[in-house]
Amino acid sequence: MQSVCPYCAVGCGQRVYVKDEKVVQIEGDPDSPISRGRLCPKGSASEQLVNSPGRQTKVLYRAPRAKEWQRLDLSTAVDMIADRFIESRRRTWQQEDDEGRLLRRTMGIASLGGATLDNEENYLIKKLFTAAGAVQTENQARI
Amino acid sequence: MANADCIIIQGSNMAECHPVGFQWVAEAKARGAKVIHIDPRFTRTSAVADKHLPIRAGSDVVLLGALINYVIANDLWFKEYVTAYTNAATLVHEDYRDAEDLGGLFSGFDPEKGAYDNSSWAYDEADEGAIGEPAGPEHGAEAGARASGDTFGSGGPPLEHAEVLRDDTLQDPRTVFQIVKRHYARYTPEMVRDMCGISEADFAYLAKTITENSGRDRTTCFAYAVGWTQHSLGAQFIRAAAILQLLLGNVGRPGGGIMALRGHASIQGSTDIPTLFNLLPGYLPMPSAGRHDTLEEYLKANASKNQKGFWADADAYTISLLKAWWGDAATADNDWAYDYLPRLTGAHGTYETVMSMLRDEVEGYFLLGQNPAVGSAHGRMQRLGMSHLKWLVVRDLNMIESATWWKDGPEIESGELRSEDIETEVFFLPAATHVEKAGSFTQTQRLLQWRHQAVAPPGECQSELQFFYELGHLIREKLAGSQDERDRPLLDLTWDYPTDDHGDPDPESVLAEINGRHLTGPDAGKPLSAYTELRADGSTTAGCWIYTGVYAEGINHAANRKPGQEQGPAATEWGWAWPANRRILYNRASADPAGKPWSERKKYIWWDEDQGKWVGEDVPDFPPTLAPGSKPDPSVGGPAALSGDDPFIMQSDGKGWLFAPKGLVDGPLPTHYEAQESPVANRLYPQQQSPARLKYPRKDNLSAPSAGSPGTDVYPYVFTTYRLTEHHTAGGMSRWLPYLSELQPEMFCEVSPELAAERGLEPYGWATIISARSAIEAKVLVTERMTPLTVGDHTVHQIGLPYHWGVGNSAVVSGDAANDLLGVTLDPNVQIQESKVASCDIRPGRRPRGPELLALVAEYQERAGLTVETGNRTVTDPAEGEHPGGPTP
Repeated sequence: MQSVCPYCAVGCGQRVYVKDEKVVQIEGDPDSPISRGRLCPKGSASEQLVNSPGRQTKVLYRAPRAKEWQRLDLSTAVDMIADRFIESRRRTWQQEDDEGRLLRRTMGIASLGGATLDNEENYLIKKLFTAAGAVQTENQARI
Repeated sequence: MANADCIIIQGSNMAECHPVGFQWVAEAKARGAKVIHIDPRFTRTSAVADKHLPIRAGSDVVLLGALINYVIANDLWFKEYVTAYTNAATLVHEDYRDAEDLGGLFSGFDPEKGAYDNSSWAYDEADEGAIGEPAGPEHGAEAGARASGDTFGSGGPPLEHAEVLRDDTLQDPRTVFQIVKRHYARYTPEMVRDMCGISEADFAYLAKTITENSGRDRTTCFAYAVGWTQHSLGAQFIRAAAILQLLLGNVGRPGGGIMALRGHASIQGSTDIPTLFNLLPGYLPMPSAGRHDTLEEYLKANASKNQKGFWADADAYTISLLKAWWGDAATADNDWAYDYLPRLTGAHGTYETVMSMLRDEVEGYFLLGQNPAVGSAHGRMQRLGMSHLKWLVVRDLNMIESATWWKDGPEIESGELRSEDIETEVFFLPAATHVEKAGSFTQTQRLLQWRHQAVAPPGECQSELQFFYELGHLIREKLAGSQDERDRPLLDLTWDYPTDDHGDPDPESVLAEINGRHLTGPDAGKPLSAYTELRADGSTTAGCWIYTGVYAEGINHAANRKPGQEQGPAATEWGWAWPANRRILYNRASADPAGKPWSERKKYIWWDEDQGKWVGEDVPDFPPTLAPGSKPDPSVGGPAALSGDDPFIMQSDGKGWLFAPKGLVDGPLPTHYEAQESPVANRLYPQQQSPARLKYPRKDNLSAPSAGSPGTDVYPYVFTTYRLTEHHTAGGMSRWLPYLSELQPEMFCEVSPELAAERGLEPYGWATIISARSAIEAKVLVTERMTPLTVGDHTVHQIGLPYHWGVGNSAVVSGDAANDLLGVTLDPNVQIQESKVASCDIRPGRRPRGPELLALVAEYQERAGLTVETGNRTVTDPAEGEHPGGPTP
């Protein structure tokens, strides 16, 4: 499968080899006019990004004042996050400023991240947060 | 870059940080191109360059300004190019006063607000007027607060109109050319020697190499990375290079330009489709209360119908976006749902947000593949800020430090925080890797490349696409039936994307929405082919107008994969570049004013008289049939007002800007100021630091004194941060991989043998580095790659610090974070922090543990006499020096 390296912004072509629904190797794509088959140490190691034994594949939750994580299933977590999103938005809503000008926003919810994500993902994040009035969306491009 | 005859790499270690891209530098060099590396450190980039010039971090504008001066003083500028294609001949208003005349400040400085009123920098207008901004002047303090510089990512600042006054002889003292000439006259080789630490002989070599490799037959390319952007005047570093490249005719031509080497796979995409507070897709600004209260005000402020070029059509781009987001709910009667957009009231960037967290104003925070506890400046402020949240959602592949600071972060160790006191709920949600989802990245040259999905994500891992689609769905479901007016934008949002069996939305359907479509007429429903098809009457949609065309004919052009070996050098059938699949921007400048190639050797786009259109190796970045000699009346406005010799079609006057009458909040011309923290006094002006830098005078953000004022010697050394080949930023995608962790297992610092001797540092032993904010430890690498520089009458030692490690127990390798040393002082154009230069001390041995660490930092602060005012004076008082913190002299 043709892919693109997820590290820096050169955009080297990758070929992803799959066996039994598992990634078994990632190599440089010789067809790419950008990279001509080459990958750097990070790109060459990206199979481990997928298969590293230390990778997290389960949802974890830390309760207030807790010293450890606990398990939570995904749908419960997303439901809890949606509730918190709605509650924080309501509590911190700013409809107008002191001069009666429209603000229509919340300063109580923020996000950071996007430079490692897809265009389509950034698009949905920006669209949803803007519609919710959460203006503080930021990513590595500010840094 | 492969076509360049000379490549200057400055503010980047390209061979190590963009190794595969560097093959094109190697190609150019193999063909005979000269490669010069200008950097505080000797690196593998330097090792294969023709020459390495060590430079004092933060002094780049002195060097670039001296090159500009050299080019003008020696009459080496490209006259035909400069006169026709830049604003060199344009007259500036007589009220303008240069920094040369006002001790380092330009006219219009407002010391109370620490910002400029830029109205005196305007172009001259007939009848003694000045060409202003279409919506009237905006104070620099307000423009800076909304980081307005970011809005010029796809075009220049707006002008009321483009009926400029010109003197084509360039002799009038008020021409841009003469102003630039005067401004840089004192940027001499001697100044370079005394400020940058670069010898006159080395400067002569650099200047000669660049100018001998520029002109009709030859081109020089610059490449930079965050070594240029992460400064309190970072945007001006790049502007300085832009002026030089325009003077030499190196823009819009093969082997020319200024290459931004960006560090994340889609950081360009996340700027174009911005998860940024101040932008909407395609570099449209987020509306600000007071400036953009109505759609009419918003459209007027963004562009005038009387200015030249394609930004004059920004109304079509805006309304097409509103139609994409709110569909049928966006009508002419409600101004296309413009009031569904939230408003800005000042600076709401990531550093402001963290300070808001500390004031308990932020309840919830999402971290999406980013690790600010390690990767953002002032790590301690980042972590303490998060400890004030009610809830935190971390979505990542690995258990990064930003998810675990509450149990094993540095503040737990120092005793500042105790887990049992922290109220923050933390959700860790595992994310999908790049091969477990399909979608597009936009790489550093604006090229969109599609990735196909190879496997399904394991366990509970999800793409951001799926997570946010489902979160949006759930929020809308929970709000369904709400009569609250505030919920209308969420409930009316277009949010229907086809999903697969796992509930994963189809990413191609999102790309199609980004591309846009016709809503009415015979083509209703069909994808648009080009942004020029967008209309302001609600008949088109586009989620990001600069990407329109990526899905033309319903084909995903980001997935185009004709092998490179079967194509010409522009390889236009691999992926898709915005705008309109153009690979070199402003490429009309690759031909002379008459439309002929400047030379056979540098032929790229030219006018074909027989066909009556522009042709060549690339998609012409120009109206396709606009003849070279065309001279339409500029008052008609928009694309129709462009002349045949206006290559810069997104600029409001069609020209490349040597002087920026609008758009920058800290000066129309790059001017050297020292960093927020610097042991060196500014020799060019009494003004020490950039007067318009964004300062945060707070007890938790102290700055070291500068320029020999009392206490400077407490933090006598300069440090600069950088990346290694084997790691990626804050390590979230590298320190959990055994291969990469084994290759670069631990935090270290690079010091020169001279500094090691001065401070008694043992090779491979430990050192503690102390700044005005924090102290960290690192293994010592003593190396001649670090060069002590003689600057004026003293020696400046620089310390190199990679910033990939963080404190925690989850990664394969951990260590102290260099970013903990940094404070928060920002560039006012874009609100990027100054992290490539700061002051510190270094001493042998490990840092103390527990509360003793805080005591060490406090002892230094006390010894240096730091107060919140230290380093934070807006205008330098020459009598008093920079240091206002100690007793009044």
